[in-house]
Amino acid sequence: MYENLNMNDTFATILLDMMEKDDRIVVLEADLGSAHRTLRVRAKYPDRFFDCGIAEQAMVSVAGGLSAYGFIPVASTFTPFMARRACDQITISCLYAQQNVKLFGSDPGITAETNGGTHMSMEDIGVIRSIPNVVMTEPVDNTMMAKLMPQIIEYKGTVYTRMQRKIHVDPIFKDTDEIDLFKAFKMRDGKDISIFANSISVQDAKIAAEELAKEGIDVDLIEVHTIKPLDKDALIASAKKTGAVVTCENSNVVGGFYSAVLEAMNEGDCRVPVTPIGVQDHFGEVGFVPGLKEKYHMTAADIIAAAKATIAKK
Amino acid sequence: MSNMDKAFFIEKCKTIRCLIMEGIASIGSGHIGGCLSCVEALTVLRYKLMQGLDPKDPHKEGRDRLVISKGHAGPTMYAILADQGYYPMEWITTLNRLNTNLPSHTDMNHTPGIDMTAGSLGQGIACAVGLAYGSKLKKDGATIYCLVGDGESQEGEVWEAAHIAAAKGLSNLICMTDYNKLQIDGTVEEVSGLAPLGEKWKAFNWNVYDVDGHDTDAIEAAVAQAKKDGAENGRPSMIILNTIKGKGVSFAEAKGAACHHFAITQEEFEIAKKEIMG
Repeated sequence: MYENLNMNDTFATILLDMMEKDDRIVVLEADLGSAHRTLRVRAKYPDRFFDCGIAEQAMVSVAGGLSAYGFIPVASTFTPFMARRACDQITISCLYAQQNVKLFGSDPGITAETNGGTHMSMEDIGVIRSIPNVVMTEPVDNTMMAKLMPQIIEYKGTVYTRMQRKIHVDPIFKDTDEIDLFKAFKMRDGKDISIFANSISVQDAKIAAEELAKEGIDVDLIEVHTIKPLDKDALIASAKKTGAVVTCENSNVVGGFYSAVLEAMNEGDCRVPVTPIGVQDHFGEVGFVPGLKEKYHMTAADIIAAAKATIAKK
Repeated sequence: MSNMDKAFFIEKCKTIRCLIMEGIASIGSGHIGGCLSCVEALTVLRYKLMQGLDPKDPHKEGRDRLVISKGHAGPTMYAILADQGYYPMEWITTLNRLNTNLPSHTDMNHTPGIDMTAGSLGQGIACAVGLAYGSKLKKDGATIYCLVGDGESQEGEVWEAAHIAAAKGLSNLICMTDYNKLQIDGTVEEVSGLAPLGEKWKAFNWNVYDVDGHDTDAIEAAVAQAKKDGAENGRPSMIILNTIKGKGVSFAEAKGAACHHFAITQEEFEIAKKEIMG
């Protein structure tokens, strides 16, 4: 039902629906209510919309204070100004203080497009996942957003959600799919290689798996929306079965999803070749998603080549 | 305030100062200067001005709250809370020991009676803005108090919070600056001057009061005025407490900037105690 929407519209629509049912939800912005479509919240619930102006650090601490008063604050800003600028506030005012804050970082990775390098937070996965007790997730499409939002709000604790604003993938998930915040989602069963993907890379991984199938290569494709805590059992079982892994992410592979997968596999005594697809330790730059994917070697063709090379290392 | 109240606070502040020194001496060093400078302010708040406090129910709904944004003044709160019966007095000498409930910087998840975790400077006052807005939304009539350090006021987040609180009309937020005019590297003015501090808060559309931070009558009067003015003009309030870092312990006061954090022996604690009890 959200297929024709951008993700910010889906976000605001679900938020409004949840705010009607739960008066503890308060929305905070740092002058991006327009970008996140939460000006609709301001129009309907002016008292429960708190625009801090362009002051992201204070916004996150204010959210910590509102949580300490029994509210469920939902605070959003572009990913770099959340994970990078307000990192200390997320760490101390939210997680160290054991608060129940819902943080949304919009325009993750290359989806910041023409805002370019200053606005592309390639490091947010690495930064955020190193904070104890945080839950970090990223819905891939609108259907998944609609299914994850209530779980994010209902979970008691601080959650960091990466969120596209526009939608950069075709609809992937169906209304009938069961999506659990804490479980990876098996998209395809295979025996030759595992592909673990999240964010906008899921679409490319899906195309890659279909192409590889035509060549007789059977892909075990798992979508991993929640990077912390990682569904380690699912990933290790897959890797042990196939003996080779490609990780696909829309962030820096240094400290990012690739690193998280390597840590989990090491813990699980699963030593198989792993190849990362993602931003290879670069800053961002201006462009559009298709061109940036090519530049950073994040296309379906790159995933196919990586899969073959990794299988060869078995 | 009656003379009896004044006498009560003089004696109570002596007790609190002794407990602060006892705790810090038990571990051998600590933030002595900035703990001693805010004793009168926190004592008058906790024993008289704050409403709805209950040692048996530290999370009581609708209570007034106090955020120690200069979180390193934790030992002052720990002395007061122990004296008020929030936990056994024996806890005082567990300060900063492994597995203690009394860590250097205030922690709401460890210490009964602490309303907000703080200590990463600049964050506590912004959290207090969230508490104050929460109280407005709940319409519970609570007042949110917050103690800010003068050195802390060099943090940008303090001024983000200042701007937001005024913009949102948080008249239920009453902050105090412990203006002891010293920080780790020297005087506040030589490190990175704040003066004119009151004018800065005024320019951010706050009600501002300038008092002797060791005069409990003056602090109480300023809080009463802040509540009255806030009700009329919808502004948050800043009470600037002119204080002496290390107040009440002459060898601490004499250290100047070095009294922020220093080592103390049991013998020195005994000397300090004698001087405090005078």
